[in-house]
Amino acid sequence: MSNPTFATLDGNEAVARIAYKLNEVIAIYPITPASPMGEWSDAWMSEERPNLWGTVPSVVALQAESGAAASVHGALQTGSLTTTFTASQGLLLMIPNMYKIAGELSPCVIHVAARSLAAQALSIFGDHSDVMAARATGFAMLCSASVQEAHDLALIAHVVTLETRVPFLHFFDGFRTSHEVQKIKEISDDVLRQMVDDEWIFAHRNRAMTPDRPVLRGTAQNPDVYFQARESANPFYEHCGEAVERAMVQFQELTGREYQLYQYVGAPDAERVIVLMGSGAETAHEAVAHLTNQGEKIGVLKVRLYRPFVNAKFVAALPETVKAIAVLDRTKEPGAAGDPLYLDVVNALMESWPNATVPKVIGGRYGLSSKEFTPAMVKGLFDNLAQAQAKNHFTIGINDDVSHTSLSFDRTFDTEPDNVVRAMFYGLGSDGTVGANKNTIKIIGGETDNYAQGYFVYDSKKSGAVTISHLRFGPQPIRSTYLISQANFVGCHQWTFLEKLDVLSGVANGAIFLLNSPYGPDEVWSQIPLETQEQIVRLGLKFYVIDANKVARESGMGNRINTVMQTCFFALSNVLPREQAIAQIKKAIEKTYGKKGQRIVQMNLQAVDSTLDNLFEVNVGEANSLVRRRPAMPDDAPEFVREVEGKILVNRGDELPVSALPCDGTYPTDTAKWEKRNVAQFIPTWDPDVCVQCGKCILLCPHAVIRGKVYDEAQLANAPETFKATASRDRDFRGQKFTIQVSPEDCTGCGICVDVCPAKNKAQPSRRALNMEDQLPLREPESANWDFFLDLPAPDRTQLKLNQVRQQQLQEPLFEFSGACAGCGETPYLKLASQLFGDRMIIANATGCSSIYGGNLPTTPWAKDAHGRGPTWSNSLFEDNAEFGFGFRLSLDKHAAFATELLQGLAGQVGDNLASAILGNSQKTEADIWEQRDRVAALKQALQGIDSPEAKQLASLADYLVKKSVWLVGGDGWAYDIGFGGLDHVLASGRNVNALVMDTEVYSNTGGQASKATPRGAVAKFAAGGKPAAKKDLGLIAMTYGNIYVASVAMGARDEHTLRAFLEAEAYDGPSLIIAYSHCIAHGINMQTAMTHQKEIVESGRWLLYRYNPDLAAQGQNPLQLDSRAPKKGVQESMYNENRFKMLTKTKPDAAKQLLADAQADVNHRWQMYEYLASRQVTANGNGSNGNDE
Amino acid sequence: MDISTTYLGLDLRSPLIPSAAAPLSENIDTIKQLEDAGAAAIVLHSVFEEQLKQEQYELEHHLSYGTESFAEALTYFPEPETFHVGPEVYLDHIREAKQAIDIPVIASLNGSSLGGWTHFAKLIQEAGADALELNIYSIPTDMHKTSAQVEQDYLDIATAVRSEVTIPVALKLSPFFSNMAYMAKRLDDLGINGLVLFNRFYQPDIDLEELIVRPNILLSSAQDMRLPMRWIAILYGRINADLASTSGVMHGRDVVKMLMSGAKATQVCSALLRHGIPYLQTLEAELKHWMEEHEYESVQLMQGSMSQINCPDESSFERVQYMKGIQSYQPESFAFAP
Repeated sequence: MSNPTFATLDGNEAVARIAYKLNEVIAIYPITPASPMGEWSDAWMSEERPNLWGTVPSVVALQAESGAAASVHGALQTGSLTTTFTASQGLLLMIPNMYKIAGELSPCVIHVAARSLAAQALSIFGDHSDVMAARATGFAMLCSASVQEAHDLALIAHVVTLETRVPFLHFFDGFRTSHEVQKIKEISDDVLRQMVDDEWIFAHRNRAMTPDRPVLRGTAQNPDVYFQARESANPFYEHCGEAVERAMVQFQELTGREYQLYQYVGAPDAERVIVLMGSGAETAHEAVAHLTNQGEKIGVLKVRLYRPFVNAKFVAALPETVKAIAVLDRTKEPGAAGDPLYLDVVNALMESWPNATVPKVIGGRYGLSSKEFTPAMVKGLFDNLAQAQAKNHFTIGINDDVSHTSLSFDRTFDTEPDNVVRAMFYGLGSDGTVGANKNTIKIIGGETDNYAQGYFVYDSKKSGAVTISHLRFGPQPIRSTYLISQANFVGCHQWTFLEKLDVLSGVANGAIFLLNSPYGPDEVWSQIPLETQEQIVRLGLKFYVIDANKVARESGMGNRINTVMQTCFFALSNVLPREQAIAQIKKAIEKTYGKKGQRIVQMNLQAVDSTLDNLFEVNVGEANSLVRRRPAMPDDAPEFVREVEGKILVNRGDELPVSALPCDGTYPTDTAKWEKRNVAQFIPTWDPDVCVQCGKCILLCPHAVIRGKVYDEAQLANAPETFKATASRDRDFRGQKFTIQVSPEDCTGCGICVDVCPAKNKAQPSRRALNMEDQLPLREPESANWDFFLDLPAPDRTQLKLNQVRQQQLQEPLFEFSGACAGCGETPYLKLASQLFGDRMIIANATGCSSIYGGNLPTTPWAKDAHGRGPTWSNSLFEDNAEFGFGFRLSLDKHAAFATELLQGLAGQVGDNLASAILGNSQKTEADIWEQRDRVAALKQALQGIDSPEAKQLASLADYLVKKSVWLVGGDGWAYDIGFGGLDHVLASGRNVNALVMDTEVYSNTGGQASKATPRGAVAKFAAGGKPAAKKDLGLIAMTYGNIYVASVAMGARDEHTLRAFLEAEAYDGPSLIIAYSHCIAHGINMQTAMTHQKEIVESGRWLLYRYNPDLAAQGQNPLQLDSRAPKKGVQESMYNENRFKMLTKTKPDAAKQLLADAQADVNHRWQMYEYLASRQVTANGNGSNGNDE
Repeated sequence: MDISTTYLGLDLRSPLIPSAAAPLSENIDTIKQLEDAGAAAIVLHSVFEEQLKQEQYELEHHLSYGTESFAEALTYFPEPETFHVGPEVYLDHIREAKQAIDIPVIASLNGSSLGGWTHFAKLIQEAGADALELNIYSIPTDMHKTSAQVEQDYLDIATAVRSEVTIPVALKLSPFFSNMAYMAKRLDDLGINGLVLFNRFYQPDIDLEELIVRPNILLSSAQDMRLPMRWIAILYGRINADLASTSGVMHGRDVVKMLMSGAKATQVCSALLRHGIPYLQTLEAELKHWMEEHEYESVQLMQGSMSQINCPDESSFERVQYMKGIQSYQPESFAFAP
C-alpha cells in the first residue's frame, strides 16, 4: 500500500476523475447538481487528457438526458466503456433506456448526484426521490455518503459492472456531497489498474454488435417467452452482491479504506439502530460515536448496496442484540405502505432474521430537498425508538402540524468536537467570498495535516445574491454533513447584510466576529443595529472591522474583497501561524491567478500586504444603538407575504410548519414588490430638463424599476418635495404632466438605462437624462416619490398608441423586480409582453433562468393590475413546455367553445343583444377586450337570475369568452434542444399559441453549457474548444411550415421592431414564434452596455431582424420581411467584445482564427439566403387563409 | 549601387523599413509580402502596456463575473489549464515572423509608466526578436508634475527596459521636450542604440452629432517629415545612437533627404497604407533612380551629408533660419497689398 496523495475537491470532481479514467465514451447533458461532472469531462477531453488506457475519451453533449441515455445504450451495444452523469428529472428521462441497458446486461455506470423531483414544486437540492424512481430498472444501486466514498465507490461500481455485467447506478447526495469540498485521499492509477481486469473489457467488446459477428438484439417477444427471458438474468443479480463485496475487500487491501455492503457503526450490543444511506449516514455516525461514548447502546447501519438488496448480508450486519430499528428514507412515496428503504428492511427482517423475535421496525422521512439532518435529529430518532409506542411513519426535521408525523428533538444537542475550527462567512456572490473560501480550504487541506470541509449555501436570486460559506477544519476526518450552528468565527463581508440578516444566529460564545465596514473601529459600534450589538455583548464576541472595499479598491480589485477578507480570516483564526498563513495565501494566489497574468497576481498580493494594516479590533461598548434591523417584509404586506415569504427571505424558512405552506404548490403573485432588496450601490436619477420622453429606459430596464406616467397637473397637489415632473412632450397628452420615476429599493444598479438613454445634457454631454447616483442618500426621498408615483392614475390603456414605444411604455408592467442577474437580457421581453397582454396572459414557462427568476420562492415578479388581473404562470418541466402550454390552449378553447354553445342556448334568457354582442366581438383591439369584459360581467349578472344547470355551467365558464393569450416561454436550451420536438409539434398544430424563445445562445441557468443555439466559435461548457458547428436556424425551420408567424428580434438593436413583432405575433390567429436575442452574463460582456452591444451584433449580421407573417402570404405578398440591413461590418469586432469568443484566442489561437473565418462565412451565407427569401415574388394561396384551423 | 545600411547593429539591404503599425505586421502573410517588396526589416506592431494589463483584467473579470452566486451556475465558462494572455500571443507572433522571413524582426513595446510590463522586453528577446523598439507614449496632464519629472520617467523606463535585454533597443520619441538634444544625449548615455523620430500622437476629434470624443487616426502628410528631418540633422554625429526617421516619407526623394540628414534607416507607414505594399518597391526604385541620376554610389555616402555638422550653413536648422523663413513667406493676399 503506497502513501496516499491528498486532494481537496468536491464530490462531483471526485467522481468525474474516476469516471473519466475508466471510460471511452461519455454522453452528457447539463442538470443541477450533476452538471460539473460532465463539465469536467468535457474540459479534460479538450485538454486531451487520456483515460487509464491512454486514449482520450469521447465526451459528447446530447439534446436531452433521454438522448444521452440512448447514446450510452448505443455505445454499450457496440462495445465501448460508457458512462453518463445526471440527476432528478434527467434520471427520469433515462429510465426507459435503463430498462433496456439492464435487460441486455450491458455493463455501465450512471453517476447520479441525487436530487428531488419536481412535484408540488421543483427543487434543485438533494434527496433520493430520483434514484428511488429508478429502483425497478434493473440497475444495481450503490450509494456513497461522502466525497471520499463517492470517489472510492465510483471505482467499485465500474469494477463490478464490468465483472458482473449488471449496470450500476452510483449515487450520492446532490449538493451535500456533490458540492461539498473535502480533503480526500486520491485513488492512484496503479490501484485503478489493479482493480480493473482487462479481460472483462475484452469480454464486453466481444459481446459488441458488429457486422463481423452479426447478432440481433432488441427483439419483440410474446406471451410465450417474454416472462422466461425476463427471469433468465437472475443469476447475474444473485452474484452481484458478492462481487461488490469482493471488490470492496480488494480495494481495502490496496488502499486501506474499508467498505461493506451494509456497514454497521456503534455499540456491539446495541438495542436501537437506525438504518439509512447517503450523507445523513455520516451525521448519524458522528452522533452515534458521541452517544456510545456516553454508554448508549445504539448504532447506525449504513446502506451502500441498495440494489440488489442482499437480505442475508443486511441482516447479518445488524447486531443480534437489536430490538428496535428506525429506517430513514430521504424520499417520499405518497400513498405507499411505507417508503422504499423501510419496506426493503421490513422484508429483509421478515425473510432473513435468524430468530423468532424480529426486531421492531419503524420508518420515516428526513432531509427532503437538502433539509438539514443534524446530530440533534439523530438523537431525537433514538429517543423515539426508546419509546414503548414509537411513532411510525414519522418525519424528522420539520414541524408537521397537519398530519402530526414529525418527531420532536432537542435542538441544543451538539456533537461537534472542540478541536474543530468552525467558520461561517456571509458574502455577496459578486465579492468573491466563496471562491476565496474554496481557496482557504485548499490551503489548509493541502498545507497542513488538518482535514477540511467546505459547504456553500447560495441564494435563490441571481442579482445581489447572498452566499453563506460553512468551513470546518480539524485533525480528524470531518463527518458533519450539516450546517454550522456553533461557529467560532463569523465573517460578514457586506455591511448592508446587518440591515436585514441575523448573521450571528449561529455563533458560539466567545467567537470572533469580523465585519467589513465602511466605519472604522471608533465609529462602527454606534452604526450597527441594536440587535447585533446585543448579540455581541451577550455572547462575548471578539469584534474586528476592516474597510475591505477600500483595501480592494486601492489594490485595483474593485469590489472583489475576497483576498482581503481571506487574509483577515487567517490573521485572526490562528488555523496557521500568521506568517505561514500569509505565505500560503500568496502561494495560492500565484497558483490561482498565475495563468491569467501577473498583473492579476500582483494586485491580489498587494491586497494581502495592505490588509493587516487596515484590520482593527473594536472596543465593544454598551448595546444602545439607535439603528434597528429592518423587518423582512413591510408591515403593510399581506399576511402570507409577511409571515411565510418574509421568513423564507431572512433564512428562517426552516421554522415554517407544514400548515403554513400551500398543499398543492399554488402561491400568490404580485409579491416581489414587497421585498425591497436594496442591492444597488448606485441608482439612476432623472433629469426632466434633458429627457426627451422616448420611453427607451422604461422599455429596456430589465427590472421594471423605471416607470413613466402622464397625468393632470392637479395630481401634483400633494407631491413630495423632491418629486419631479415636467410638461409632456407628446402631442396626444398636451397640457399634461410627465414623470419618470425610479424605484430606489428595487433597482439593481445595472446601468442599462443610462447607457441606452439617447438624451444628452447639452452643457455637459457626459450627463444624460438619467445619471447614476449614490443610492443611500436617495433611498428615503425616492421611496416616498415612488409611492406617490404609484398612486398617480394609470393611463387609459384603450387610448394608447401601442405601436409607439413612448406611449406603449406608459402601460403598467406586470412583471417587476425579478431576481434575475443585474442587466438581464431576457427580462425586458417578458416585461414588454406583460405590459401588452399581462391582464389576459397565461404562461407556460420552461425550466431555466426564466422559471427561476419567475417562480423561485419566496416571491414572484409576476404581478397584478389594479383590477386584480395579471399573468398566471406555471412551470411543468424543461422538456415539455410547449406541450404543457398547448394544453392551456386546448383547455381555454374548449371552455370558450362550451361557453359559446351555452350562451347561444341561453341567448333568449340573458338577452339576445347581449349574447350577440359577446359572440360577435372579434376582440382584436384593447378596447374590444375591455368591452367584452364589461359584457361578460353583465352576462354573469344576468345569469344569477336564471336557475338552470346550463346557466350555472355558463356562469363558471363565462370569463373564457374574454380573450386569453397563451405564451410558451423559455430559453434556447428548451426550444432548440430538449423541447424542440414538442415545440415543433405545437407550432405545427396551427393553434393560437405564442412561443417566446429568449435566446441566450447557451444554457444560462445551469452555468453556460453549449446548446444548438450557441454560435460557431463561442467557448462554452461542453464546447471548451469553441463550438465547432454553426447555430441552428430555428426561425427558418419554423418558416418552412408556412402557417407560423415567426419573428427574430433584438430589443437593444431596434426596440420598435421588437414591439411590432410582439403585437403582430399576439394578434396573429395561429401559432407564433418570437426568437428574442437575449444577452447574458454567460457571454462575458459588459452588462451595462449589453443593450447597445446588440446593435453591433445586428450590424455585423450575426443576428438578423425579420418578421415572417403568413397573413401577408394570404394577401399575395412575400411573408418574409427582412428588417435588418445588409451587414456593414465584419463579425470580428462584435465577437471579440464578448469573452465567449475572445477567450478562445487565449486558449486555442489557431482554432480561434479558423472559427472566426467560418463564423464570418456563416453570416455571409445566411444573409444571402435571407435576402433571397425576402425578395421572392410569391402568389396568394387562393383562399385567403393563413393555413391554420379556422 | 549599394543601398545597404546598418541600423541598431543590424545589416540591412536598404534603409526602407515599414514602421510599427498593426495593418502592416499583424498578419504573417503581409509580413512576407513586405519582405518580398524589399523591406529591409520589419518593425512589428506595438504591444501596449495597457493591453498587457487590460487583457488580464478583462479575462479575470469575465471569468469571475457572476460566479459563485447561484447554486446552479457556479461558473459560466470552462476554465482551461493555460491561457495565452497578452504577451503569449505577441511572442508567438514574433516566433512566427522569425520563421517566416529572413530579414530582421524588430519588436515594438509601447508604454508610458514604470511597471511590471517592462519585464516583457526580456520575453521579446527570448522569442527571437532581433531588436526592440520602445515607444514611450506619454501625454503628461498632471498639473503637479514638473518637466524634469516627466523626463525622468522616460529615462527610468528606458533604463528598466535596457537592463532587461541584450539585443539592441531603439527608442521612439515624441518631439515635445523642452530640450530635445538634452534628452537625446541622456538616452544615448543610457546605452540606447537608436532613436526613432518622431512619434505622431493620437489626436482625438469631436463628433458633433453624437457629442462624443472619437479617436481619429490621421495618416501623415508630406509636411510631417520636416520636424524629424530637422532633429535628425541636429543630432547626427553628436550621439552614438543610430537615428531613424518616421513620419511623412512619401517619395524616394524624401528618403534621400532623411538619409542626408543623418538617418540610418527610414521608416514608412502612411505611404504603404495609402498605396499598398508594392509601393515599397516604388520607393526603392525612386531612391535608386535619384542616386543614379546624382551619381551616388552608396547610401552610406549620403548619410549625414546634410546634417547640421556637415551642411554648408550650420544655422539652417536653428532660429536664424526661422527668421529667414518668415521673411521669405509672402501670402498671396499680401502680395497685392498697398
